[in-house]
Amino acid sequence: MKGYSWRRFFALLRKEWIQVRRDAMTLRIIIAIPIMQLFLFGYAINSDPKNLPTGLLSSDHSKYERTIVAALKNSGYYNIVPLASEAEAEEGLAAGDLLFVIAIPPGFDRAVDRGESPSILVDADATDPSAIGNATAALASLGADLQRDLPAIRQSEPQTPAFQFVVHARYNPEQLTVLNIVPGLICIVLTFSTLFVTTLSITKERERGTMENLLAMPVRPLEVMVAKISPYIVIGYVQVALILIASALFFHLPIRGSIPLLLFALGLFIGANLALGVLFSTISANQMQATQLAQFTLMPSFLLSGFMFPFRGMPLWAQWAGEVFPTTHAMRIVRGMLLKGNGWHEIAPELWPIALFALIVVTIAVRFYRETLD
Amino acid sequence: MSDAAAMSDYVIDVRDLRKSFGARKVVEGLTLQVAKGEICGFLGANGSGKTTTIRMLCGLLIPDGGAGECIGLDIIRQAPLIRQHVGYMTQKFSFYEDLTVFENLDFVASVYEMKDRAKAVQDIMVRMGLADRRDQLAGQLSGGWKQRLALAACVLHQPKLLLLDEPTAGVDALARRQFWDLIHDMAGEGLTVLVSTHYMDEAERCKRIVYLANGRIVVQGSADEVSSQSGLITFEASGEGIDDAARALRHLQGVEAAAVFGRSLHVAGTDRAALQTAIHSIDGDLKWEEVPPRLEDVFIHMLSAKGGEP
Repeated sequence: MKGYSWRRFFALLRKEWIQVRRDAMTLRIIIAIPIMQLFLFGYAINSDPKNLPTGLLSSDHSKYERTIVAALKNSGYYNIVPLASEAEAEEGLAAGDLLFVIAIPPGFDRAVDRGESPSILVDADATDPSAIGNATAALASLGADLQRDLPAIRQSEPQTPAFQFVVHARYNPEQLTVLNIVPGLICIVLTFSTLFVTTLSITKERERGTMENLLAMPVRPLEVMVAKISPYIVIGYVQVALILIASALFFHLPIRGSIPLLLFALGLFIGANLALGVLFSTISANQMQATQLAQFTLMPSFLLSGFMFPFRGMPLWAQWAGEVFPTTHAMRIVRGMLLKGNGWHEIAPELWPIALFALIVVTIAVRFYRETLD
Repeated sequence: MSDAAAMSDYVIDVRDLRKSFGARKVVEGLTLQVAKGEICGFLGANGSGKTTTIRMLCGLLIPDGGAGECIGLDIIRQAPLIRQHVGYMTQKFSFYEDLTVFENLDFVASVYEMKDRAKAVQDIMVRMGLADRRDQLAGQLSGGWKQRLALAACVLHQPKLLLLDEPTAGVDALARRQFWDLIHDMAGEGLTVLVSTHYMDEAERCKRIVYLANGRIVVQGSADEVSSQSGLITFEASGEGIDDAARALRHLQGVEAAAVFGRSLHVAGTDRAALQTAIHSIDGDLKWEEVPPRLEDVFIHMLSAKGGEP
C-alpha cells in the first residue's frame, strides 16, 4: 500500500464535499455568523499602552534634544531607539517595529534660542489609533519641560512656545478606530468560523460509528486529514470575499496591498486554523472535549493577538505567547496589507510562523491519528 | 507471503489469539482455521469475544498475543495489506447516512482504487437490487436495505474474505432469507465468509459452527456434529395441556429447558434417567417421543452451562 495516494485522497475529498454541501444548516451558520460578528464588533474597543517603540532621527545631539528625549522617556509612552537614516525609519514603520519616528531638525537649539519655535516632526503609525492615542496626547504637555533650560531672555517671552510637535498620522490619517478594528476583526472572525468546523470532523465520524468502517478501508491518516480540511478552505475564501466586500462598502476600508497576495496569506491562515481543528478532533474522545479545546485556543487568540489590546502594550511574556497564534501574525499581515500597502517583503516574517504552526499541528495530528481501534 | 501460508488452503489460520482491554480478558487463546469457500458461523453470548476476534482478523485491533495469517498475510505485521482484500461489515450500520446509495458505493470503489469504478458500482447495485434506490440517501433506507447497501459496499472490491458481524440483527425474515441466499451464492464463487449471529436458522445454514464462550472456542463442527457432541437428550410431546406441563416441568430435577414451540412441548436435559422420571411424573395424556436435539436446545444448554453475560 502506497504512503499517499491521490486517488484515495480525491475519493475522500469527494465524500467530504458532498457531506459539507448536504449539511445546509451548518453552511448557513458559517457564512452568516462572520458577517453578523463583523457588524456587531465593528464599532468599539480601546486601551492605553506604554513603552511604544520610537525611533529618533537627529543630526546634532544637542542640549535641548537631550532634555526633550528625557521628557519623552519620562512620560512612559516612548521607548527611544536612535536611528541612522530615514530609510531605516520608513522600514521600521512599515514592518510595525516602530510606532513612532521623531525627527529633530538640524540647528534645533539655535532656532529655539532665536525664538523661531521650530517644529519636531513625529511620524506615527496610526493603523491602530488607540495604540498611539494617549502617547500622542502626552506630547502637548512636554513643551513646558524645556522651559527651565531656556536662556533668561527667552523665558520672559512665554507667549511663543519654544518649539512644537507636528504629528503626522501615517497610514490612517483620520485616526479612524474602525480602520484598525475591521482588519483585526477579519482575522478573529475567520479564526472563529474555521476552527470549529474541523474540530468536530473526526469526532463526528467516531460518534456516528463510521470511523470503524473508514479504518477498515485502506486510507492513510494524511489523506483523511487533508480531505477534511480542503472543502473548508474553499468556504473560508467565500467568507473572506464577503467580509472584504462588506468592509469596503460599509466601513470604507482601503485595500492598499496586492489582493492575490492577501488571499494567499489568508488561505495559509485558514489552513492553519483548520489543521488545528483537525488536531483537536483527533485527540478528543467526543465532540464536547473537542469543542472545549477549541474554546481554550480562541480566548488567547482573541486577547493576545493585538486585537483586543494593542500588542505593544502587553508585558513581554504575553507578547511571546501571542506570537505562537496564527491569528496574531494574520492580524499584522491584514492590517499591514490593507492600510500600509505592505508587500511580500514586509509580510514574509509573519507568513512563515503561520506555515510552521500548520506544519507542526498536522504532524502531531498524524502522529495521534490511530489506525486501529485500540 | 510465507510458503506455508501459500500452500495451505486456509483463508483464516490463527493460533492462540489473545486480547485484553485493561484487566478484562476478552479473547483468551483462540485458534481458528477456516477453509476457502467455507461459510463459518460464529456463535456465542454477547461479550463472548466474537466482535473482538473479527476486528483482530481484519487488523482493526492488534492482538496482545498469538499469531497467524489471514488470506496468507500476517495479521500483525501486514494488517494494512489485509484491509485491501477483506470485506468487513460492522455490527452497526457505518456508511454515510448523508450520502446516497450511489455516492457511498462510489466512495468505497475509489478508496480501494478500483479500475472501471462506474461499472463495478453499477454491477453491484444491480446484483444487490439497489439500482432503483441509487439516489436515495442511505439514512432514509429501511434496516433491510441499509444492510444490503453495507453488504454491497463490503464485497464491492472483490475481497477474498468477508467478515460479517451480526449482519442481520433487526432485519425481517424475508430480507434475512435473501441476504443469506446472496452469501451462499458468493461462497459458491469462492468467497470465504465468517459470520457472527444469534439466529439459529442462520447458524444451520453455515457449513461449520464455532461456538465461543469467555473468549475461547467451546465447540465447533457442522450443526449435526455440534448437536451430537453436546450430550443433550430431548423429548417432545404433543396434546392438550402442554403449557401447564411446561410450567411444572421447569422446576423438576434433570430438566434443563422446557419450552413450547407451537403445538409441541420440547424438554431437554443431560441426565436421561432424571429426565424420564420427570416427564412420567406429569399427568395428562401427553404422548412423549425422543427426538434429536435442536441447535437451539444445544446453544441454550451451552449458554447456561458455560456462562456468559446476558
